[in-house]
Amino acid sequence: MQIESTPPSPGTGAPQHGQHVRQFMAVPGAPSPVATPTAIAVRGFSSWYGSFQALKSLDLDIPSQQVTAFIGPSGCGKSTFLRWINRMNDTIPSARAEGSLQLNGVDLLEKNLDVVDLRRRVGMVFQKPNPFPKSIYDNVAFGPRLHKHYTRAELDELVEQSLRQASIWNEVKDRLQASALGLSGGQQQRVCIARAIAIGPEVMLMDEPCSALDPKSTLAIEELIETLADRYTIVIVTHNMQQAARVSDQTAFFFEGRLIESGSTEDIFTKPKNKQTEDYVTGRFG
Amino acid sequence: MIVGTLAIAATFSILVTTTIVIVLARETWGFFHFPDVSVGEFFGGLEWNPLLGSEKHFGIWPLVSGTLLVTVIAASFALPIGLVTSVYLSEYASPRVRATLKPTLEILAGIPTVVYGFFALTLITPLLQKISPAFGSYNAMSAGLATGIMILPIVCSLSEDALRAVPRSLRDGALALGGTKFDVSVKVVVPAALSGIVAAFLLAISRAIGETMIVALAAGGIAQITANPTAEVQTMTAYMVQIFLGDAPATGVEYKSSYAVAAMLFAMTFVLTMVGQYILRRFREEYE
Repeated sequence: MQIESTPPSPGTGAPQHGQHVRQFMAVPGAPSPVATPTAIAVRGFSSWYGSFQALKSLDLDIPSQQVTAFIGPSGCGKSTFLRWINRMNDTIPSARAEGSLQLNGVDLLEKNLDVVDLRRRVGMVFQKPNPFPKSIYDNVAFGPRLHKHYTRAELDELVEQSLRQASIWNEVKDRLQASALGLSGGQQQRVCIARAIAIGPEVMLMDEPCSALDPKSTLAIEELIETLADRYTIVIVTHNMQQAARVSDQTAFFFEGRLIESGSTEDIFTKPKNKQTEDYVTGRFG
Repeated sequence: MIVGTLAIAATFSILVTTTIVIVLARETWGFFHFPDVSVGEFFGGLEWNPLLGSEKHFGIWPLVSGTLLVTVIAASFALPIGLVTSVYLSEYASPRVRATLKPTLEILAGIPTVVYGFFALTLITPLLQKISPAFGSYNAMSAGLATGIMILPIVCSLSEDALRAVPRSLRDGALALGGTKFDVSVKVVVPAALSGIVAAFLLAISRAIGETMIVALAAGGIAQITANPTAEVQTMTAYMVQIFLGDAPATGVEYKSSYAVAAMLFAMTFVLTMVGQYILRRFREEYE
Protein backbone atom coordinates (compact mmCIF):
# COMPACT_ATOMS: atom_id res chain seq x y z
CA MET A 1 0.00 0.00 0.00
CA GLN A 2 1.32 3.39 -0.96
CA ILE A 3 1.07 6.03 1.64
CA GLU A 4 1.92 9.46 0.42
CA SER A 5 3.17 11.14 3.50
CA THR A 6 6.22 12.63 4.98
CA PRO A 7 7.05 10.93 8.21
CA PRO A 8 7.29 13.41 11.01
CA SER A 9 10.88 14.43 11.29
CA PRO A 10 12.21 13.98 14.77
CA GLY A 11 12.68 17.14 16.73
CA THR A 12 10.10 19.31 15.00
CA GLY A 13 7.58 18.61 17.73
CA ALA A 14 3.94 19.48 17.36
CA PRO A 15 2.87 20.98 14.06
CA GLN A 16 2.50 24.72 13.86
CA HIS A 17 -0.94 26.08 13.43
CA GLY A 18 -1.86 26.57 9.82
CA GLN A 19 0.60 23.99 8.68
CA HIS A 20 -1.69 21.20 7.63
CA VAL A 21 -0.28 17.83 8.25
CA ARG A 22 -1.18 15.77 5.27
CA GLN A 23 -1.29 12.34 6.70
CA PHE A 24 -3.53 9.39 6.35
CA MET A 25 -5.67 8.58 9.26
CA ALA A 26 -6.16 4.92 9.92
CA VAL A 27 -6.81 2.84 6.88
CA PRO A 28 -8.93 -0.21 7.70
CA GLY A 29 -6.64 -3.02 8.73
CA ALA A 30 -3.51 -0.96 8.74
CA PRO A 31 -3.05 1.62 11.46
CA SER A 32 -0.94 4.28 9.85
CA PRO A 33 1.45 6.73 11.41
CA VAL A 34 -0.07 10.04 12.48
CA ALA A 35 1.73 13.29 12.95
CA THR A 36 -0.57 14.74 15.60
CA PRO A 37 -1.72 12.84 18.65
CA THR A 38 -4.93 10.95 18.19
CA ALA A 39 -7.84 12.31 20.17
CA ILE A 40 -10.43 9.74 19.26
CA ALA A 41 -9.45 6.21 18.32
CA VAL A 42 -12.03 3.96 16.70
CA ARG A 43 -11.50 0.23 16.12
CA GLY A 44 -14.00 -2.27 14.78
CA PHE A 45 -16.86 -0.01 15.81
CA SER A 46 -20.37 -1.10 14.88
CA SER A 47 -23.72 0.16 16.10
CA TRP A 48 -27.35 -0.78 15.82
CA TYR A 49 -30.80 0.72 16.24
CA GLY A 50 -32.76 -2.37 17.24
CA SER A 51 -31.97 -4.87 14.52
CA PHE A 52 -30.89 -2.25 11.99
CA GLN A 53 -27.12 -1.97 11.75
CA ALA A 54 -26.33 1.71 11.30
CA LEU A 55 -22.52 1.49 11.41
CA LYS A 56 -20.37 -1.37 10.20
CA SER A 57 -16.97 -1.98 11.68
CA LEU A 58 -15.36 1.46 11.53
CA ASP A 59 -11.65 2.04 12.00
CA LEU A 60 -10.55 5.64 12.30
CA ASP A 61 -8.20 7.94 14.14
CA ILE A 62 -9.37 11.48 14.70
CA PRO A 63 -6.36 13.73 15.34
CA SER A 64 -6.49 16.25 18.12
CA GLN A 65 -6.68 19.99 17.45
CA GLN A 66 -7.62 19.55 13.85
CA VAL A 67 -10.91 19.75 12.00
CA THR A 68 -12.18 16.40 10.83
CA ALA A 69 -15.15 16.37 8.47
CA PHE A 70 -17.56 13.47 8.04
CA ILE A 71 -19.18 13.49 4.63
CA GLY A 72 -21.59 11.15 2.92
CA PRO A 73 -25.17 10.93 1.69
CA SER A 74 -28.13 11.12 4.09
CA GLY A 75 -28.57 8.03 6.22
CA CYS A 76 -24.96 6.92 5.83
CA GLY A 77 -24.42 6.89 9.59
CA LYS A 78 -22.20 9.93 10.04
CA SER A 79 -24.51 11.70 12.49
CA THR A 80 -25.12 8.43 14.32
CA PHE A 81 -21.38 8.07 14.77
CA LEU A 82 -21.04 11.64 15.97
CA ARG A 83 -23.72 11.03 18.59
CA TRP A 84 -21.79 8.05 19.94
CA ILE A 85 -18.80 10.22 20.72
CA ASN A 86 -20.71 12.07 23.46
CA ARG A 87 -23.10 9.18 24.06
CA MET A 88 -26.14 11.17 23.00
CA ASN A 89 -27.42 7.89 21.62
CA ASP A 90 -28.09 6.87 25.21
CA THR A 91 -31.38 8.71 24.85
CA ILE A 92 -32.47 6.18 22.23
CA PRO A 93 -33.36 2.96 24.07
CA SER A 94 -32.82 0.68 21.07
CA ALA A 95 -29.32 2.01 20.26
CA ARG A 96 -26.31 -0.17 21.06
CA ALA A 97 -22.71 -0.42 19.93
CA GLU A 98 -19.79 -2.83 19.80
CA GLY A 99 -16.10 -2.44 19.19
CA SER A 100 -13.76 0.13 20.59
CA LEU A 101 -14.22 3.89 20.82
CA GLN A 102 -11.68 5.77 22.89
CA LEU A 103 -11.25 9.43 23.70
CA ASN A 104 -7.68 10.08 24.85
CA GLY A 105 -7.48 6.56 26.18
CA VAL A 106 -10.88 6.52 27.91
CA ASP A 107 -13.24 3.82 26.74
CA LEU A 108 -16.43 5.62 25.72
CA LEU A 109 -18.53 2.48 25.44
CA GLU A 110 -18.04 1.40 29.01
CA LYS A 111 -21.33 0.75 30.77
CA ASN A 112 -20.42 2.69 33.92
CA LEU A 113 -18.95 5.64 32.09
CA ASP A 114 -19.91 8.95 33.70
CA VAL A 115 -21.69 10.44 30.70
CA VAL A 116 -22.20 13.75 32.49
CA ASP A 117 -18.43 14.07 32.80
CA LEU A 118 -17.93 12.90 29.21
CA ARG A 119 -20.31 15.56 27.91
CA ARG A 120 -18.36 18.22 29.77
CA ARG A 121 -15.32 17.13 27.80
CA VAL A 122 -17.15 16.83 24.50
CA GLY A 123 -19.26 19.80 23.47
CA MET A 124 -21.90 19.53 20.78
CA VAL A 125 -23.46 21.93 18.32
CA PHE A 126 -26.65 20.81 16.63
CA GLN A 127 -28.10 21.02 13.15
CA LYS A 128 -30.69 23.62 14.06
CA PRO A 129 -29.73 26.36 16.50
CA ASN A 130 -31.33 25.34 19.80
CA PRO A 131 -30.81 28.15 22.30
CA PHE A 132 -32.83 27.78 25.49
CA PRO A 133 -35.70 30.23 25.91
CA LYS A 134 -33.56 32.23 28.31
CA SER A 135 -31.35 35.28 28.07
CA ILE A 136 -28.14 35.16 26.05
CA TYR A 137 -26.19 35.32 29.31
CA ASP A 138 -28.12 32.47 30.90
CA ASN A 139 -27.68 30.36 27.80
CA VAL A 140 -23.90 30.61 27.95
CA ALA A 141 -23.81 30.30 31.74
CA PHE A 142 -26.08 27.25 31.71
CA GLY A 143 -23.36 24.60 31.40
CA PRO A 144 -20.92 26.15 33.91
CA ARG A 145 -23.69 26.59 36.47
CA LEU A 146 -24.52 22.90 36.24
CA HIS A 147 -21.05 21.80 37.15
CA LYS A 148 -19.59 24.26 39.58
CA HIS A 149 -20.42 27.20 41.76
CA TYR A 150 -19.05 30.40 40.28
CA THR A 151 -19.02 33.87 41.73
CA ARG A 152 -20.84 36.48 39.74
CA ALA A 153 -17.55 38.00 38.55
CA GLU A 154 -16.10 34.67 37.47
CA LEU A 155 -19.24 33.84 35.58
CA ASP A 156 -19.32 37.25 33.88
CA GLU A 157 -15.76 36.68 32.77
CA LEU A 158 -16.43 33.16 31.53
CA VAL A 159 -19.51 34.26 29.58
CA GLU A 160 -17.59 37.10 27.96
CA GLN A 161 -14.64 34.89 27.03
CA SER A 162 -16.92 32.23 25.57
CA LEU A 163 -18.86 34.77 23.53
CA ARG A 164 -15.61 36.32 22.33
CA GLN A 165 -14.25 32.95 21.25
CA ALA A 166 -17.49 32.33 19.38
CA SER A 167 -17.02 35.70 17.60
CA ILE A 168 -20.34 37.07 18.73
CA TRP A 169 -19.39 39.20 21.72
CA ASN A 170 -19.47 42.47 19.83
CA GLU A 171 -22.94 41.79 18.49
CA VAL A 172 -24.53 40.88 21.82
CA LYS A 173 -22.51 42.62 24.52
CA ASP A 174 -25.17 45.33 24.95
CA ARG A 175 -28.05 42.91 25.26
CA LEU A 176 -26.82 39.97 27.27
CA GLN A 177 -30.05 39.92 29.25
CA ALA A 178 -32.24 39.83 26.14
CA SER A 179 -33.77 36.51 25.09
CA ALA A 180 -31.52 34.42 22.85
CA LEU A 181 -34.59 33.59 20.77
CA GLY A 182 -34.60 37.16 19.49
CA LEU A 183 -31.31 36.69 17.63
CA SER A 184 -30.98 35.70 13.99
CA GLY A 185 -30.35 32.05 13.17
CA GLY A 186 -26.65 32.59 12.58
CA GLN A 187 -26.27 34.52 15.81
CA GLN A 188 -28.21 31.84 17.69
CA GLN A 189 -25.87 29.20 16.35
CA ARG A 190 -22.84 31.17 17.50
CA VAL A 191 -24.43 31.57 20.95
CA CYS A 192 -24.88 27.78 20.95
CA ILE A 193 -21.18 27.43 20.09
CA ALA A 194 -20.32 29.83 22.93
CA ARG A 195 -22.54 27.76 25.20
CA ALA A 196 -20.53 24.65 24.29
CA ILE A 197 -17.22 26.51 24.70
CA ALA A 198 -18.20 27.68 28.18
CA ILE A 199 -17.99 24.17 29.65
CA GLY A 200 -14.36 23.95 28.51
CA PRO A 201 -14.51 20.89 26.28
CA GLU A 202 -11.60 19.10 24.60
CA VAL A 203 -13.65 18.03 21.61
CA MET A 204 -16.34 19.92 19.76
CA LEU A 205 -18.87 17.93 17.75
CA MET A 206 -20.79 19.79 15.10
CA ASP A 207 -23.73 18.13 13.43
CA GLU A 208 -24.33 20.05 10.18
CA PRO A 209 -24.05 23.33 12.06
CA CYS A 210 -24.77 25.48 9.00
CA SER A 211 -27.56 23.53 7.33
CA ALA A 212 -30.25 25.88 8.68
CA LEU A 213 -28.31 29.09 8.00
CA ASP A 214 -28.00 31.58 5.17
CA PRO A 215 -24.70 31.90 3.24
CA LYS A 216 -23.46 34.90 5.20
CA SER A 217 -24.01 33.24 8.57
CA THR A 218 -22.48 30.06 7.17
CA LEU A 219 -19.34 31.97 6.28
CA ALA A 220 -19.17 33.43 9.78
CA ILE A 221 -19.46 29.97 11.34
CA GLU A 222 -16.84 28.52 8.98
CA GLU A 223 -14.36 31.24 9.87
CA LEU A 224 -15.13 30.57 13.52
CA ILE A 225 -14.47 26.85 13.10
CA GLU A 226 -11.02 27.59 11.72
CA THR A 227 -10.10 29.75 14.70
CA LEU A 228 -11.51 27.18 17.14
CA ALA A 229 -9.31 24.44 15.72
CA ASP A 230 -6.39 26.04 17.56
CA ARG A 231 -7.87 24.94 20.85
CA TYR A 232 -10.29 22.14 20.19
CA THR A 233 -10.50 18.90 18.35
CA ILE A 234 -13.38 19.49 15.99
CA VAL A 235 -15.50 16.88 14.29
CA ILE A 236 -18.00 18.27 11.83
CA VAL A 237 -20.71 16.44 9.92
CA THR A 238 -21.62 18.20 6.71
CA HIS A 239 -23.64 17.65 3.58
CA ASN A 240 -21.86 20.47 1.89
CA MET A 241 -18.74 19.25 0.13
CA GLN A 242 -17.37 22.74 -0.42
CA GLN A 243 -17.70 23.31 3.28
CA ALA A 244 -15.78 20.14 4.08
CA ALA A 245 -13.08 21.20 1.63
CA ARG A 246 -12.92 24.71 3.11
CA VAL A 247 -12.86 24.04 6.82
CA SER A 248 -11.42 20.59 7.42
CA ASP A 249 -7.94 19.13 7.68
CA GLN A 250 -9.12 15.56 7.55
CA THR A 251 -12.09 14.04 5.81
CA ALA A 252 -13.85 10.73 6.28
CA PHE A 253 -16.35 9.49 3.71
CA PHE A 254 -19.23 7.36 4.94
CA PHE A 255 -21.55 5.33 2.78
CA GLU A 256 -24.31 2.97 3.93
CA GLY A 257 -22.86 2.59 7.40
CA ARG A 258 -19.31 1.94 6.27
CA LEU A 259 -16.29 4.17 6.38
CA ILE A 260 -15.25 4.05 2.76
CA GLU A 261 -12.21 6.25 2.85
CA SER A 262 -10.49 8.67 5.15
CA GLY A 263 -7.43 10.85 4.90
CA SER A 264 -6.33 14.39 4.49
CA THR A 265 -9.00 16.59 3.00
CA GLU A 266 -6.78 17.48 0.07
CA ASP A 267 -6.24 13.86 -0.85
CA ILE A 268 -9.89 12.91 -0.48
CA PHE A 269 -10.93 15.73 -2.76
CA THR A 270 -8.13 15.66 -5.31
CA LYS A 271 -7.01 12.06 -5.52
CA PRO A 272 -9.49 9.77 -3.85
CA LYS A 273 -8.48 6.15 -4.06
CA ASN A 274 -11.95 4.74 -3.93
CA LYS A 275 -14.37 4.99 -6.87
CA GLN A 276 -17.36 5.69 -4.59
CA THR A 277 -15.50 8.50 -2.87
CA GLU A 278 -14.59 10.00 -6.19
CA ASP A 279 -18.17 9.79 -7.45
CA TYR A 280 -19.43 11.41 -4.28
CA VAL A 281 -16.96 14.26 -4.02
CA THR A 282 -17.33 15.08 -7.68
CA GLY A 283 -21.08 15.24 -7.23
CA ARG A 284 -22.02 12.20 -9.28
CA PHE A 285 -24.33 10.91 -6.56
CA GLY A 286 -25.47 11.68 -3.05
CA MET B 1 -74.81 26.32 2.21
CA ILE B 2 -72.06 24.62 4.21
CA VAL B 3 -70.61 27.96 5.28
CA GLY B 4 -74.11 29.07 6.27
CA THR B 5 -74.68 26.00 8.44
CA LEU B 6 -71.32 26.42 10.11
CA ALA B 7 -71.96 30.11 10.69
CA ILE B 8 -75.33 29.34 12.30
CA ALA B 9 -73.69 26.78 14.59
CA ALA B 10 -71.03 29.30 15.59
CA THR B 11 -73.58 32.06 16.11
CA PHE B 12 -75.69 29.72 18.21
CA SER B 13 -72.98 29.16 20.81
CA ILE B 14 -72.28 32.87 21.03
CA LEU B 15 -76.02 33.59 21.33
CA VAL B 16 -76.40 31.10 24.16
CA THR B 17 -73.49 32.61 26.06
CA THR B 18 -74.79 36.12 25.55
CA THR B 19 -78.30 35.11 26.64
CA ILE B 20 -76.96 33.57 29.84
CA VAL B 21 -75.03 36.70 30.66
CA ILE B 22 -78.07 38.88 29.93
CA VAL B 23 -80.38 36.77 32.12
CA LEU B 24 -77.77 36.82 34.86
CA ALA B 25 -77.46 40.60 34.63
CA ARG B 26 -81.23 41.18 34.56
CA GLU B 27 -81.95 38.98 37.58
CA THR B 28 -79.04 40.52 39.47
CA TRP B 29 -80.42 43.95 38.67
CA GLY B 30 -83.80 42.78 40.02
CA PHE B 31 -82.15 41.55 43.22
CA PHE B 32 -80.60 44.90 43.96
CA HIS B 33 -84.04 46.56 43.74
CA PHE B 34 -85.43 44.73 46.76
CA PRO B 35 -85.86 47.03 49.75
CA ASP B 36 -83.69 44.88 52.06
CA VAL B 37 -80.77 44.96 49.65
CA SER B 38 -78.09 47.49 48.85
CA VAL B 39 -75.06 47.32 46.62
CA GLY B 40 -73.01 48.73 49.46
CA GLU B 41 -73.96 45.95 51.81
CA PHE B 42 -73.48 43.29 49.12
CA PHE B 43 -69.88 44.28 48.53
CA GLY B 44 -69.16 45.73 51.97
CA GLY B 45 -71.10 43.55 54.39
CA LEU B 46 -69.45 40.76 56.29
CA GLU B 47 -72.60 38.79 57.08
CA TRP B 48 -74.58 36.50 54.80
CA ASN B 49 -77.85 35.49 56.39
CA PRO B 50 -80.73 35.52 53.91
CA LEU B 51 -82.90 32.74 55.32
CA LEU B 52 -83.01 32.70 59.09
CA GLY B 53 -83.85 35.30 61.68
CA SER B 54 -85.86 38.46 61.38
CA GLU B 55 -83.12 40.53 59.81
CA LYS B 56 -81.69 39.42 56.47
CA HIS B 57 -78.07 40.18 55.58
CA PHE B 58 -76.61 40.05 52.10
CA GLY B 59 -72.85 40.61 52.40
CA ILE B 60 -71.09 38.45 49.82
CA TRP B 61 -67.74 37.99 51.59
CA PRO B 62 -68.56 34.96 53.76
CA LEU B 63 -69.50 33.03 50.61
CA VAL B 64 -66.41 34.29 48.75
CA SER B 65 -64.32 33.30 51.75
CA GLY B 66 -65.78 29.78 51.77
CA THR B 67 -65.13 29.41 48.05
CA LEU B 68 -61.56 30.69 48.37
CA LEU B 69 -60.79 28.45 51.35
CA VAL B 70 -61.93 25.32 49.52
CA THR B 71 -60.11 26.47 46.36
CA VAL B 72 -56.86 27.17 48.19
CA ILE B 73 -56.94 23.73 49.84
CA ALA B 74 -57.70 22.08 46.50
CA ALA B 75 -54.98 24.02 44.70
CA SER B 76 -52.30 23.41 47.34
CA PHE B 77 -53.03 19.72 47.00
CA ALA B 78 -53.48 19.39 43.23
CA LEU B 79 -51.00 21.86 41.74
CA PRO B 80 -47.75 20.48 43.22
CA ILE B 81 -48.78 16.84 42.83
CA GLY B 82 -50.11 17.50 39.34
CA LEU B 83 -46.94 19.24 38.23
CA VAL B 84 -44.66 16.53 39.62
CA THR B 85 -46.82 13.85 38.01
CA SER B 86 -46.75 15.59 34.66
CA VAL B 87 -42.94 15.94 34.79
CA TYR B 88 -42.70 12.25 35.62
CA LEU B 89 -45.07 11.31 32.79
CA SER B 90 -43.41 13.51 30.22
CA GLU B 91 -39.72 13.12 31.11
CA TYR B 92 -39.21 9.92 33.07
CA ALA B 93 -41.98 7.39 32.53
CA SER B 94 -41.36 4.59 30.07
CA PRO B 95 -43.86 4.42 27.22
CA ARG B 96 -45.50 1.44 28.92
CA VAL B 97 -46.01 3.23 32.23
CA ARG B 98 -47.35 6.27 30.42
CA ALA B 99 -49.72 4.06 28.42
CA THR B 100 -51.32 2.94 31.70
CA LEU B 101 -51.11 6.11 33.76
CA LYS B 102 -52.45 8.61 31.26
CA PRO B 103 -55.74 6.79 30.52
CA THR B 104 -56.17 6.20 34.26
CA LEU B 105 -55.93 9.92 34.86
CA GLU B 106 -58.40 10.56 32.10
CA ILE B 107 -60.86 8.12 33.67
CA LEU B 108 -60.44 10.11 36.89
CA ALA B 109 -61.45 13.20 34.93
CA GLY B 110 -64.63 11.47 33.77
CA ILE B 111 -66.00 10.58 37.21
CA PRO B 112 -69.15 12.62 38.04
CA THR B 113 -68.34 15.09 40.77
CA VAL B 114 -71.22 13.89 42.95
CA VAL B 115 -69.19 10.70 43.40
CA TYR B 116 -66.29 12.77 44.69
CA GLY B 117 -68.73 14.43 47.05
CA PHE B 118 -69.75 11.10 48.58
CA PHE B 119 -66.12 10.06 48.59
CA ALA B 120 -65.33 13.15 50.66
CA LEU B 121 -68.24 12.58 53.02
CA THR B 122 -67.81 8.86 53.60
CA LEU B 123 -64.03 8.41 53.37
CA ILE B 124 -62.03 11.64 53.64
CA THR B 125 -64.02 13.20 56.48
CA PRO B 126 -63.88 10.09 58.73
CA LEU B 127 -60.13 9.84 58.03
CA LEU B 128 -59.65 13.49 58.94
CA GLN B 129 -61.68 12.98 62.11
CA LYS B 130 -59.33 10.15 63.08
CA ILE B 131 -56.40 12.53 62.68
CA SER B 132 -58.01 15.32 64.66
CA PRO B 133 -61.35 15.50 66.45
CA ALA B 134 -61.52 19.19 65.51
CA PHE B 135 -62.93 18.26 62.11
CA GLY B 136 -66.71 18.42 62.01
CA SER B 137 -68.87 16.12 59.91
CA TYR B 138 -68.87 18.94 57.38
CA ASN B 139 -65.58 20.76 56.88
CA ALA B 140 -63.66 22.76 54.30
CA MET B 141 -60.66 20.42 54.33
CA SER B 142 -62.55 17.37 53.19
CA ALA B 143 -64.33 19.23 50.41
CA GLY B 144 -61.05 20.91 49.40
CA LEU B 145 -59.15 17.64 49.16
CA ALA B 146 -61.90 16.00 47.13
CA THR B 147 -61.98 19.02 44.82
CA GLY B 148 -58.20 18.75 44.57
CA ILE B 149 -58.49 15.13 43.48
CA MET B 150 -61.10 16.19 40.97
CA ILE B 151 -58.90 18.86 39.34
CA LEU B 152 -55.73 16.74 39.50
CA PRO B 153 -56.27 15.15 36.06
CA ILE B 154 -56.73 18.60 34.49
CA VAL B 155 -53.43 19.83 35.96
CA CYS B 156 -51.58 16.65 34.97
CA SER B 157 -52.96 16.32 31.51
CA LEU B 158 -52.61 19.97 30.44
CA SER B 159 -49.19 20.42 32.05
CA GLU B 160 -47.96 17.25 30.42
CA ASP B 161 -49.16 18.53 27.04
CA ALA B 162 -47.20 21.73 27.65
CA LEU B 163 -44.07 19.81 28.70
CA ARG B 164 -44.21 17.49 25.72
CA ALA B 165 -44.59 20.46 23.39
CA VAL B 166 -41.07 21.60 24.38
CA PRO B 167 -38.90 20.65 21.42
CA ARG B 168 -36.61 17.68 21.81
CA SER B 169 -33.72 19.79 20.55
CA LEU B 170 -33.77 21.78 23.81
CA ARG B 171 -33.49 18.60 25.85
CA ASP B 172 -30.64 17.41 23.63
CA GLY B 173 -28.90 20.75 24.00
CA ALA B 174 -29.04 20.58 27.79
CA LEU B 175 -28.01 16.91 27.91
CA ALA B 176 -25.05 17.63 25.63
CA LEU B 177 -23.87 20.29 28.08
CA GLY B 178 -23.57 17.62 30.75
CA GLY B 179 -26.97 18.09 32.35
CA THR B 180 -28.56 15.16 34.15
CA LYS B 181 -32.11 14.21 33.36
CA PHE B 182 -33.21 16.11 36.45
CA ASP B 183 -31.27 19.23 35.37
CA VAL B 184 -32.87 19.02 31.96
CA SER B 185 -36.39 18.63 33.36
CA VAL B 186 -36.18 21.28 36.05
CA LYS B 187 -33.91 23.88 34.45
CA VAL B 188 -34.94 23.68 30.81
CA VAL B 189 -38.17 21.83 30.13
CA VAL B 190 -40.34 23.19 32.97
CA PRO B 191 -39.24 26.83 32.44
CA ALA B 192 -39.78 26.47 28.70
CA ALA B 193 -43.29 25.13 29.27
CA LEU B 194 -44.11 27.62 32.03
CA SER B 195 -46.81 29.53 30.18
CA GLY B 196 -48.68 26.33 29.41
CA ILE B 197 -48.29 25.11 32.97
CA VAL B 198 -49.60 28.36 34.43
CA ALA B 199 -52.55 28.22 32.03
CA ALA B 200 -53.25 24.67 33.21
CA PHE B 201 -53.12 25.85 36.82
CA LEU B 202 -55.54 28.69 36.18
CA LEU B 203 -57.99 26.47 34.34
CA ALA B 204 -57.87 23.97 37.19
CA ILE B 205 -58.43 26.75 39.74
CA SER B 206 -61.41 28.02 37.75
CA ARG B 207 -62.86 24.54 37.88
CA ALA B 208 -62.29 24.39 41.63
CA ILE B 209 -63.98 27.76 42.15
CA GLY B 210 -66.99 26.66 40.16
CA GLU B 211 -67.19 23.15 41.65
CA THR B 212 -70.64 22.57 43.14
CA MET B 213 -71.59 19.04 44.09
CA ILE B 214 -68.55 18.26 46.23
CA VAL B 215 -68.88 21.38 48.34
CA ALA B 216 -72.67 21.11 48.54
CA LEU B 217 -72.27 17.60 50.00
CA ALA B 218 -69.11 17.87 52.10
CA ALA B 219 -68.38 21.48 53.05
CA GLY B 220 -71.54 22.26 54.97
CA GLY B 221 -73.91 25.20 55.01
CA ILE B 222 -72.65 27.88 57.36
CA ALA B 223 -71.62 31.03 55.55
CA GLN B 224 -68.73 32.41 57.56
CA ILE B 225 -65.46 34.18 57.04
CA THR B 226 -62.77 31.81 58.21
CA ALA B 227 -59.41 30.36 57.23
CA ASN B 228 -59.87 27.35 59.47
CA PRO B 229 -59.93 24.16 57.37
CA THR B 230 -61.67 22.17 60.10
CA ALA B 231 -64.65 24.53 60.03
CA GLU B 232 -67.90 24.16 58.16
CA VAL B 233 -68.16 26.69 55.33
CA GLN B 234 -70.63 27.52 52.62
CA THR B 235 -69.34 28.34 49.16
CA MET B 236 -71.05 30.48 46.55
CA THR B 237 -72.05 27.45 44.53
CA ALA B 238 -73.29 25.55 47.56
CA TYR B 239 -75.51 28.50 48.45
CA MET B 240 -77.08 28.45 44.99
CA VAL B 241 -77.79 24.74 45.31
CA GLN B 242 -79.43 25.32 48.65
CA ILE B 243 -81.70 28.00 47.19
CA PHE B 244 -82.64 26.17 44.02
CA LEU B 245 -83.37 22.97 45.90
CA GLY B 246 -86.52 24.69 47.07
CA ASP B 247 -85.90 26.40 50.35
CA ALA B 248 -87.05 29.74 48.96
CA PRO B 249 -90.04 31.00 46.94
CA ALA B 250 -89.11 31.85 43.31
CA THR B 251 -90.09 35.49 43.63
CA GLY B 252 -88.47 36.25 46.96
CA VAL B 253 -85.32 38.14 47.68
CA GLU B 254 -83.48 34.96 48.77
CA TYR B 255 -84.17 33.35 45.42
CA LYS B 256 -83.02 36.39 43.50
CA SER B 257 -79.91 36.70 45.65
CA SER B 258 -78.52 33.52 44.09
CA TYR B 259 -78.36 35.35 40.77
CA ALA B 260 -76.23 38.03 42.30
CA VAL B 261 -73.96 35.35 43.77
CA ALA B 262 -73.81 33.67 40.36
CA ALA B 263 -72.87 36.99 38.73
CA MET B 264 -70.08 37.42 41.28
CA LEU B 265 -68.85 33.89 40.59
CA PHE B 266 -68.95 34.56 36.88
CA ALA B 267 -66.94 37.75 37.36
CA MET B 268 -64.30 35.90 39.39
CA THR B 269 -63.77 33.06 36.91
CA PHE B 270 -63.92 35.54 34.04
CA VAL B 271 -61.07 37.57 35.53
CA LEU B 272 -59.10 34.39 36.12
CA THR B 273 -59.60 33.31 32.51
CA MET B 274 -58.48 36.72 31.26
CA VAL B 275 -55.36 36.56 33.44
CA GLY B 276 -54.67 33.08 32.03
CA GLN B 277 -55.04 34.33 28.47
CA TYR B 278 -52.73 37.22 29.19
CA ILE B 279 -50.07 34.98 30.71
CA LEU B 280 -50.29 32.59 27.78
CA ARG B 281 -49.79 35.42 25.31
CA ARG B 282 -47.22 37.31 27.31
CA PHE B 283 -44.92 34.42 28.20
CA ARG B 284 -45.37 32.08 25.28
CA GLU B 285 -42.04 31.18 23.71
CA GLU B 286 -42.08 30.65 19.99
CA TYR B 287 -39.96 27.80 18.69
CA GLU B 288 -40.61 28.18 14.98
